[in-house]
Amino acid sequence: MSSDDLDTVTTLQDPVRRAVYDYVAAQGREVGRNEAAEAVGVQRTLAAFHLDKLVEAGLLEANFRRLTEKTGPGSGRPAKVYRRAPGEWQVSVPARDYRTLALALAETVELIGGDERAEEAARRAGGRLASKGEDLGEVLRRRGYEPYEEGSRVRLRNCPFHVLAEEHPLLVCSMNLEFCRGLLEGIGEDAEGARLDARPGECCVSFSKINDN
Amino acid sequence: MHLAQLNVAHMRAPMDSPELADFMAALEPIYKVSDATPGFVWRLEEGDTPQDLIQHDYGDHLVINLSVWESRDALWDFVYRSAHLGVMQRRREWFLRMAEPYTVMWWIPEGSEPTTAEGMSRLELLKAEGPTPKAFTFKEFYDSNEAAWRPAAAEARK
Repeated sequence: MSSDDLDTVTTLQDPVRRAVYDYVAAQGREVGRNEAAEAVGVQRTLAAFHLDKLVEAGLLEANFRRLTEKTGPGSGRPAKVYRRAPGEWQVSVPARDYRTLALALAETVELIGGDERAEEAARRAGGRLASKGEDLGEVLRRRGYEPYEEGSRVRLRNCPFHVLAEEHPLLVCSMNLEFCRGLLEGIGEDAEGARLDARPGECCVSFSKINDN
Repeated sequence: MHLAQLNVAHMRAPMDSPELADFMAALEPIYKVSDATPGFVWRLEEGDTPQDLIQHDYGDHLVINLSVWESRDALWDFVYRSAHLGVMQRRREWFLRMAEPYTVMWWIPEGSEPTTAEGMSRLELLKAEGPTPKAFTFKEFYDSNEAAWRPAAAEARK
C-alpha cells in the first residue's frame, strides 16, 4: 500500500461524495452535474464540488461534451461530464501484496498447464462464498462485481480480477466463469445460467435472469 | 503504423475429422466478429469459404492465422473481449498444448500486407530472442514508437 492510495481512498469517506461516486460508477457512461445532483438528492453546486474533488483524487475523469443536439451560436457551452477513472487503489493495513503472488501463481499454472485444476478450484471457491437462497445480485456485489440488467441477462460492469485478467486473460476469465458458476451453485441455482459473454471494458461473464418476479 | 499478428495452432486431428468439427463450424461466425471489430484492418484469406484454411508448407496439422489491426486495443478486444474468448477457451479440445510461443505481433506500415513467411520468421525470432520491437506479444508489448527507436538506441549503446 502506498500512502497515495490511502489518500485516494479516504476521499470517499464523505457520505455524499461516496454516493456521487457510486452513482457515476454504476452508470458506466458519462454523467452530467445535474444528473448526479438529482440522483443523489443534493444541490447542483454541491454535486459539482464533490465531482471535482473526485477528479482531483483520480477516482473520476472529467470531460466536456454538449448534452444537447444543438450546435452553433446559442447552443451554450459544452457541459462538464464525469465517468469512473480506469485506475484501481488498494489499501491494506498492515501492508499485504496478494496481487504479486497471484500473478506468480497464475504464471505457474500456465507453465504447468494446470488450467483445468485451477478452474475446478475456482468453482469450489465460488460455491463456498454463497449460501442457499441468497440473492445473486447481492452475492455478486459482495464479491466486487457490479451487476446490471440488460434485456434478458444480468451483465457485470466490473471485473474484480482486472490486473490478473490483463496479464493472463484466458486463465483468469476461465476461472472467473467457473467462480461465477460456483456462486450460482452456492445459492442453489443452475450453474449453466452463467456463460462467457465478453465485451470491451466489462467482465467476461453474464447470467440469465433467475429472479424474474 | 498498423499491428500485424500471426498465430499458429497444432490440430489434434485432421481438419475433416469429427474432433475438429466444432472448430471448423466456429470459423465463419468468428470471422464475422473479427471483421466487424472496430480497428480490424485485414486478414489473410484463402479460397471462398471460411473453412478454407491458409495454405502453407509448415506441416499438415498447423492452422495459421494472419491479420492486421489498427492498435493493440482493437486486437485485444477481438481476441479476449468478444465471442472469440469462448472459442479460445475450448482450444484444448482441438489443439495440442504448445510449450513455445504460438502467437507473435509486429508493426507494419499502413497499407502493406504481411505474408505468412514473414509472420513465421517473426515467430522464430520471438522464440530465439524473446520479445523485441521486431517480434513481441500482448504481455511484452512494444508500441510503434518504441519499435522505431529501440533498435537505434541499442546501436548507440554499443
